[in-house]
Amino acid sequence: MAKVKGAIVINIERCKGCEVCVDVCPESVIAMNKNVNTKGYHYAMVTNEDCTGCTNCAVVCPDGVITVYRVKVPTEVV
Amino acid sequence: MKELRLMKGNEALAEAAIRAGADGYFGYPITPQSEILEYLMAEKPYETTGMVVLQAESEVAAINMVYGGASCGKKCWTSSSSPGISLKQEGISYMAGSELPGIIVNVVRGGPGLGTIQPSQADYFQATKGGGHGDYRLLVLAPASVQEMADFIPLGFDLAFKYRNPVMILTDGVIGQMMEKVELPEFTPRWTEEEIIKMSGDWATTGKTPDRERNIISSLILDSAKQEKHVKKLGLKYTAMEADEVRYEKFQCDDAEYLFVAFGSTARICQKSVDIARARGIKVGLLRPITLYPFPTIPIHELSNQVKGMLVVEMNLGQMVEDVRLAVNGKVQVEHFGRCGGMIPNPDEIVKNLVSKIIGG
Amino acid sequence: MAVITREDIIKPENLVYKRTSLLVDCALSYCPGCGHGTAHRMLMEVIEEMGIQSKTIGVAPVGCSVLAYEFLDIDVQQAAHGRAPALATAIKRLMPEKYVFTYQGDGDLAAIGTCETIHACNRGENFVIIFINNGIYGMTGGQMAPTTLPGMKASTCPYGRDTEIMGNPLKITELVATLPGTCYVTRQSVHTPGNVRKTKRALRKAFEYSYAKKGLSFVEIVSNCNSGWKMTPVQSNKWMEENMFPFFPLGDIKVPAAE
Repeated sequence: MAKVKGAIVINIERCKGCEVCVDVCPESVIAMNKNVNTKGYHYAMVTNEDCTGCTNCAVVCPDGVITVYRVKVPTEVV
Repeated sequence: MKELRLMKGNEALAEAAIRAGADGYFGYPITPQSEILEYLMAEKPYETTGMVVLQAESEVAAINMVYGGASCGKKCWTSSSSPGISLKQEGISYMAGSELPGIIVNVVRGGPGLGTIQPSQADYFQATKGGGHGDYRLLVLAPASVQEMADFIPLGFDLAFKYRNPVMILTDGVIGQMMEKVELPEFTPRWTEEEIIKMSGDWATTGKTPDRERNIISSLILDSAKQEKHVKKLGLKYTAMEADEVRYEKFQCDDAEYLFVAFGSTARICQKSVDIARARGIKVGLLRPITLYPFPTIPIHELSNQVKGMLVVEMNLGQMVEDVRLAVNGKVQVEHFGRCGGMIPNPDEIVKNLVSKIIGG
Repeated sequence: MAVITREDIIKPENLVYKRTSLLVDCALSYCPGCGHGTAHRMLMEVIEEMGIQSKTIGVAPVGCSVLAYEFLDIDVQQAAHGRAPALATAIKRLMPEKYVFTYQGDGDLAAIGTCETIHACNRGENFVIIFINNGIYGMTGGQMAPTTLPGMKASTCPYGRDTEIMGNPLKITELVATLPGTCYVTRQSVHTPGNVRKTKRALRKAFEYSYAKKGLSFVEIVSNCNSGWKMTPVQSNKWMEENMFPFFPLGDIKVPAAE
């Protein structure tokens, strides 16, 4: 029995703060930063470690700013 | 040995294009040039040389097909007559802006509007002064015989690719419809993909390979400083054309005291007028511009030091006469005699107008 | 048992999704949340997966995606407004071994370019048309489009589209599906992960069918224009589901006979 654990990397300078990724994340991992990038957009950020690497956020991101990584891990890992 | 045939001007154009290794013709029927598309469809060059022939849904589509093909480095051309050429102007402007080679044939008919299907030279301004929007020029060739209809296709492609600029062949229903003996050019094979990449691979959309950056065909430059630079670069091409591509023919000019200036079919009529006038003791010559742009400004200016006056004969209300006056710059009298609406001037009335408007009495 | 940290996961061998390198590494010119970016990315993912970068010629329109050539790392021609299918016709006929597509918006394809669209479809030209329908003229600032819904507001119908005065929206996708020259006609969207994946599959099929000389493939992507619609991106996607999809229902409209 293994479960998956993921992580996303957000290119914050290319993020336009549209929030579409926030809406499609099944684990509510993403929120918008109250700070802005150099273009003046609030950018997406990771808020917890529940990411499963499902790629939903990266797939819908209009600007393609999200990169996704995923590993299979044995169960009962912290 | 070269092949001799009796052909209509429109057919000679079409046959010459097959022989010149053209890759694509895109047209739409309109009188008096429909024989071009008809001839090509009957000849089926797509089964011999591989040249694509397509009857488009409109003149607009046809010129944009030429744009698409030219962007791939292919030899493409289209033809139409005045109202259809008006429709093509947007595409022609885009071709000039995107620096694309190609040939546009205008078998001119009388206008404005739907006008008449009879011959005219009323599209001189449109051909030489822009026609479409923006700062650009077409290289304009004006054939005066069926032979030149055939010859100007390979010449047109050479010039179009030399300058990466559209070339217009400006003719009319007289030349398009009349039959004459024509010596057809030898067959030139169509360029292979390898030849196109070698020749035009630095700009043509032939498919981005790992060894080069992507090629983009576009006339959009939103940055004003860059747009100015681009337009000035186009301007340098036009300056080079003016220096190197002026073509004209002189007829009995050596001892001339008066001069006819006429192009295309009207120039042929003026040859007869020269004979009639000389039989009456009037020493008149003829200068026939072969390129309407670039215009033979210098040879006309030089003749203004020799002759007492010039009569510009055209089938319009007076268009090329403006360029002749600019060339002469007030040195001698320049008058215009024109017929329009599809009427063709006859040699006698041309001589009569030379006498009444220039010589006097 | 060891704790797996974020740093343990973010390693090249664990990569599952990244922006395709066939999208040029620059910021896209589109508004935040606009579907154009996603449509571009799916298109380039398909070209990457099919390994056809050197065999693909694209045609960009006039409209918001006029600058598409800045973002797509392939050879692209930029067409006059509405004329993309004419360019593509010539490209494909002169270079039949290439994959050819046009990328057009609703004004370009279904208003000024209706003639070129319908005739290219009807002739069965073997290229792909990608049609982005967001019911508005985005680039010029939100004017009424041929696909603006009845009652929908735009700057040239500020009280909503009155069909008595302004005529009806055009379902050009259903129209081209009736023509013998089209082989594959489908309507998709890119507003949810599932829809994005379906759009990608549709694009791949479109490229394959047209390359196999089955005819013209037409992929409409119903998209949002949150700037033109004056909503947030998330609101606009919801509005699209509630209002656009009933009028422009998603799914295949025509598939090749063999399927």
